Amino acid sequence: MADMTAPMAPVDTIARAYLADVRRKRMYGGILLVLFIAMMASGFRLANERNAGGFWDGLPQIFDFPSEVVSEAWEKAALLPALFVKFSPSLIETVNIAAVSTMIGALLAVLLALVSTRGLARWPALIGLFRRAMDGMRAMPEIVIALVLIYILGGGPVPAMIAIAFHTAGALGKLFSEVAENADLKPVEGLSSVGAGWLQRMWLGVIPQVAPNWISYGLLRFEINIRASAILGFVGSGGIGYDLKLAMQWGQGRYDQVVAIFILLFATIVFFDQISGYLRNRLSKGQSNGHG
Amino acid sequence: MAMANLEMAPVQRDMLAIFRRKRLTAISVPVVIFAYLTYIFIAFDVAGLASRARMDNVGVLLSDFWSYKTHVTRDNRSGDVSVAIEGENKGTYPAGKLPDWVSQSEGQTLIDLGQGHRVVFQGLRADYTLPDYGVIGLALAGGKVQLTTPDGAVPDWINASDTRVTVKTAQGRLSFTRSRTEVFRYQAGWELFFFTLDSPFHGKSITSLAAMALWGDRVDPLRSNLGYMVSEFWTNKMWRHGDVVWALFETVLMAFLGTMGAAIVALPLAFLAARNFTSFGVVRQAMRRVFDFVRGVDGLIWTIILSRAFGPGPMTGALAILVTDTGSFGKMFSEALENVDERQIEGVGSTGANSLQRARFGVFPQIIPILLSQVLYYLESNTRSATVIGAIVGGGIGLLLTQAIITQKDWEEVSYYIVLIILMVMAMDSLSGWLRSKLIGKRG
Repeated sequence: MADMTAPMAPVDTIARAYLADVRRKRMYGGILLVLFIAMMASGFRLANERNAGGFWDGLPQIFDFPSEVVSEAWEKAALLPALFVKFSPSLIETVNIAAVSTMIGALLAVLLALVSTRGLARWPALIGLFRRAMDGMRAMPEIVIALVLIYILGGGPVPAMIAIAFHTAGALGKLFSEVAENADLKPVEGLSSVGAGWLQRMWLGVIPQVAPNWISYGLLRFEINIRASAILGFVGSGGIGYDLKLAMQWGQGRYDQVVAIFILLFATIVFFDQISGYLRNRLSKGQSNGHG
Repeated sequence: MAMANLEMAPVQRDMLAIFRRKRLTAISVPVVIFAYLTYIFIAFDVAGLASRARMDNVGVLLSDFWSYKTHVTRDNRSGDVSVAIEGENKGTYPAGKLPDWVSQSEGQTLIDLGQGHRVVFQGLRADYTLPDYGVIGLALAGGKVQLTTPDGAVPDWINASDTRVTVKTAQGRLSFTRSRTEVFRYQAGWELFFFTLDSPFHGKSITSLAAMALWGDRVDPLRSNLGYMVSEFWTNKMWRHGDVVWALFETVLMAFLGTMGAAIVALPLAFLAARNFTSFGVVRQAMRRVFDFVRGVDGLIWTIILSRAFGPGPMTGALAILVTDTGSFGKMFSEALENVDERQIEGVGSTGANSLQRARFGVFPQIIPILLSQVLYYLESNTRSATVIGAIVGGGIGLLLTQAIITQKDWEEVSYYIVLIILMVMAMDSLSGWLRSKLIGKRG
C-alpha cells in the first residue's frame, strides 16, 4: 500500500521535501567550508607564530637566496661543466640507491602481496597479520630507519637503501595486493586442478596477469624513491644529497656547487620521470590492446 | 598428410621462434638484475660493511629500548657520592632520598646490584663481590689503579690498565679511574616516564595515585591533585611530553597546511592547463611546464630555498610541501578536468548558466570526489614527508628525532619518538580513509 501512495503524493510535497534536502545539504556544506577555513586560518597563524621568520617578512626575501646563488654561479659559469663531472659519481649513487631499493622493495612486496590477498594466500589465517605488517612498514618514515642504521652501520649508501626498501615493500605490497585481488582466479584453479603447487600457481597463474600493473606501480615508486634518496642523503649520508648539504654548510663561495647539484638533481628527476611515464603509458596501452 | 605438414611448418616455425624469444627474455631478465646487484654489491661496498658495522651499538640500542641505567658515582677528588638516572642532572636523586638498593653509612656506600652482586665504596677503594667468584678489589695507590682478583688472573670481562679498570657483569658495570668510581645498574622500563624525582607523585603506585587524585588531600593547596599530576606529567623534564606533543602537532600542521594550501592554489591553475577549458595553447603549455618544473625541482631544493627566506620553523615546512605538491596536484587535477563528461556541462549550459555556474554545477560534482581522494591520500603521505622536512627546516618531531639521535645516548627517547611517529602516521592514515569514506562514499 505504501508503494502505491508514494507516486500519488502531491507535487508540492515532493518539491518541499527536495528543497529541504537541498537546504540541508547546503548547510552541511557551508558548515564544513567554514570549519575548513577556520582551521586553515588558525593553522596558518599558529605556524607563523612558531616560525623563526614570519610569512609576510619572508615573502619579499623569497628570491634573495636564489638570486644570490645564481649570480655567484653565473660568475663562475665556466666551472660548471667540471662540477657536473665532479658530482656525477654521487648522482649515480643516489640513482642506484633508488633503483636497488625499489627492486628489493618490490620483490618483498610481491611476496607480501601474494600472502595477504584473499583467494591467493598461502596461509589464509595469516592474511590479517601480513596486512598489519605492511601497514607498519608503510607507516615507518624512511628517515627513522635511516638514522638508526647510520648509527649502527656508519655512513654510506646502505642505510638509505635499506630504509627506502623497507618502506617501499609496505607501500607497494598494499598496491600489489589490490591489483592481485582483481586477478582472474580461473587460471589458478586450472593450475591447481593439474596438481600445481602454490608457487607454480602464483608464478604461472597470477603473475602474468598482474605483471603490467605491478611494473607500472613499481616505476611510479622509482620516481618517488629518487626524491627520497636525495633527501635522505641530505639528512643522513650518501649520494648527492650529502654533497648538497656540505656545499650549503660552506655557504658563500661554494654556491656554484649548489647550483651544479640543483641542476643535476632537477635534470635527473625530470629525465627519470619522463622515461617512467613513457614506459607506464606503453604498459597501460599494451594492456588495453590485449583486453580489447 | 604431407600437405598438412607443409602448411603447419611456418606456423610451427613461428611458434618455436616465439618460444625461443620468450625463453631468452626469461633468462636474460634475471641475469641482468643479478649483474646489476653484483655491481651494487661492489659499488656500495657491502662486503666491507660487516667490518664497519658496530655491533656493540646494536647492543646499546636494544638494551636502551627496554631498559635504563642508574649511575652511582663517587667523585674520587671530593669524595661525594651521587646517584643519577642515566647520569643526568635532571635524574639525580636528592641527598637522603636514595633508592633502596643504595645505602650509605660512615663514609661507606653499599650498592646492591641484585643476585648477590654487591659493590662497596670506601675511601679510595671499591670492592665488587660476585657470588661464585669472590671479591674484586680496586684501589688507587700512587696515582695508579690497582686490581686484585681472587685467583690473581684477569678474566676477559675485566678490562684493566694503570689508569682505568672496567668490570662488566650481567648485573651491571663498575669502572674505576683516578678521578671517579662509577657503578651502572640496568633496570627494565623507561624510568621517570610519568613523574621525575622532584615531583611529589614520583614512586607512587597507580592505585595510590588514583586515590590521591580522587579523594586524597591536596598536595598543593592551590590546585586539585589531578590537575597537579597532569601538569607534572606534561612538564616532565626527562621526557618533555608537552614539547613532544607540540612537535607532533606541528608536524601534522605542516602536512595539513601544505596539502590543503597546495590544493587551493592548484585548482584554479589546473583549469588553465586543461585542454577543454583553456583554448590558448600557449597558456596551457606554459602552465604545464610550470607544473613540471615545480615537481622536478622537488621538495628538497624547495625546502632549502624557502628556509633561507622564512627561517626555521613549521611555516617553512608547510610552504615547502605546498610548493612541491602544487606541481603534483596541478598535473593530476588538470588530467581529471580533461576527463570530465562534456554532456553534463552542456546540460547545465542549456539552462542558461554562465561559465561560473557551469563550473559549479557541471564540472565540480564530477571532479570533487577524484580531487578529494587524491588530496586525502597526499595528506597521509605528507605527514611522513613532514617528518623528514621537519628535520631539515628545524620543526616538529623530525627535529626532536634527529637531535636525540645525534647525541647518541638517549636511545629510549629515540624509541619513544619512533613509536609516536608511527602512531601518528597510522592515525593520519585512518583519518584520511575515514574522511574519504564519509565525504565521497566507499568506492571500489
